[in-house]
Amino acid sequence: MNSRFASLLLLGALGMVLAPAEAAAPVYMLTIKAQGFQPQELSIPADTQVQLIISNQDDLPAEFESDDLSREIVVPAHGQVKVYIGPLDPGRYRFFNDFHPSSEGWVVVAAGK
Amino acid sequence: MLATAIIVFREVIEAALIIAIVLGASRGIPGRGHWVMGGILLGLAGAGLVALFAGSIAAAFAGTGQALLNAAILLAAVGMLAWHNIWMSSHGRSLAAEVREVGEAVQAGSRPLTALLVITLVAVMREGSEVVLFLWAIAAGGAGRLGMLAGGLAGLVAGVLVGLFMYRGLLKIPLRHFFSVTGWLVLFIAAGLAAQAAGFLNQAGLLPALGNSLWDSSGLLSQSSLVGQMLHILVGYTARPSGIQLLFYGVTLLTILALMRIVRARHAHTAVNARKA
Repeated sequence: MNSRFASLLLLGALGMVLAPAEAAAPVYMLTIKAQGFQPQELSIPADTQVQLIISNQDDLPAEFESDDLSREIVVPAHGQVKVYIGPLDPGRYRFFNDFHPSSEGWVVVAAGK
Repeated sequence: MLATAIIVFREVIEAALIIAIVLGASRGIPGRGHWVMGGILLGLAGAGLVALFAGSIAAAFAGTGQALLNAAILLAAVGMLAWHNIWMSSHGRSLAAEVREVGEAVQAGSRPLTALLVITLVAVMREGSEVVLFLWAIAAGGAGRLGMLAGGLAGLVAGVLVGLFMYRGLLKIPLRHFFSVTGWLVLFIAAGLAAQAAGFLNQAGLLPALGNSLWDSSGLLSQSSLVGQMLHILVGYTARPSGIQLLFYGVTLLTILALMRIVRARHAHTAVNARKA
């Protein structure tokens, strides 16, 4: 086993931990109301990292989850959380409320900047 | 009621599978039952605390507190799994011999018992806090809540049963191969958890994605399907992995493997020298 190679990779990973994310990622809002998402289709630009602010207006906790986006976060009742997503290729990315799986929505990324 | 059962089942099964494999991997280590049970109890207490403070955790670090907490506990679990495997790489053979001669205590230095405790604690706490929050919401809700709570209980029992089957299945593996099988299982679980941690750090905006979906196999095997989810826990299957997840997966896998080889080689070397002397 090439341990020097492994430790080089590890160092590279550490370096990336320390690299700051893009500071000025544009902000998009997503609201959870009556356990559903508003808007149900959220359009964001391609190849751009964005901040998604998810606020839950219900009395029940919700879990914003997306296999397409590899995202998972509990949004407490009347709470608000922040999730970074992207940069994404054009396409449709499904998300859902894991505590109420029939509630779903899509992040829609249009082609071109 | 069925919907509730399924949601709870899916959370419980993650913890149950990890505990089953850890129990298998630590077979023959004296006292492991107490430590694993301790981990489960502490994990339940931790789950309650995380659920109780869900609001403040979510609001911490400008709304990214939960992702950071998840990443931290996942990385702690990766460290403990690594420690366990590295320790086993030098003691596994003697342990297999001890298991054969029932009742013998293993004479070894620092056994990774704390590792067992922390791994179970983390697995139970992470999934448990979501179950607690979810059931809490139901209990606070209105009509039909008894049926839904019953569903939650059914999901919990089903999840524990799957873990039990997994454990019984593991025990069927011949002792000669047993610890190498559990070793590989633990290795892949650790790599998968590291990839999850990378996802959470990226979610919190601390790590770049390095490409958002390197491939898309969601049409082939959806991650939300039961098989997809089980493979997600066992080997870290991700239908649309980001570059950073793949990088963490690979680095964790190679690092633990390298350390296992080094420790095993050193151990064999000392054993040979001891015999010569």
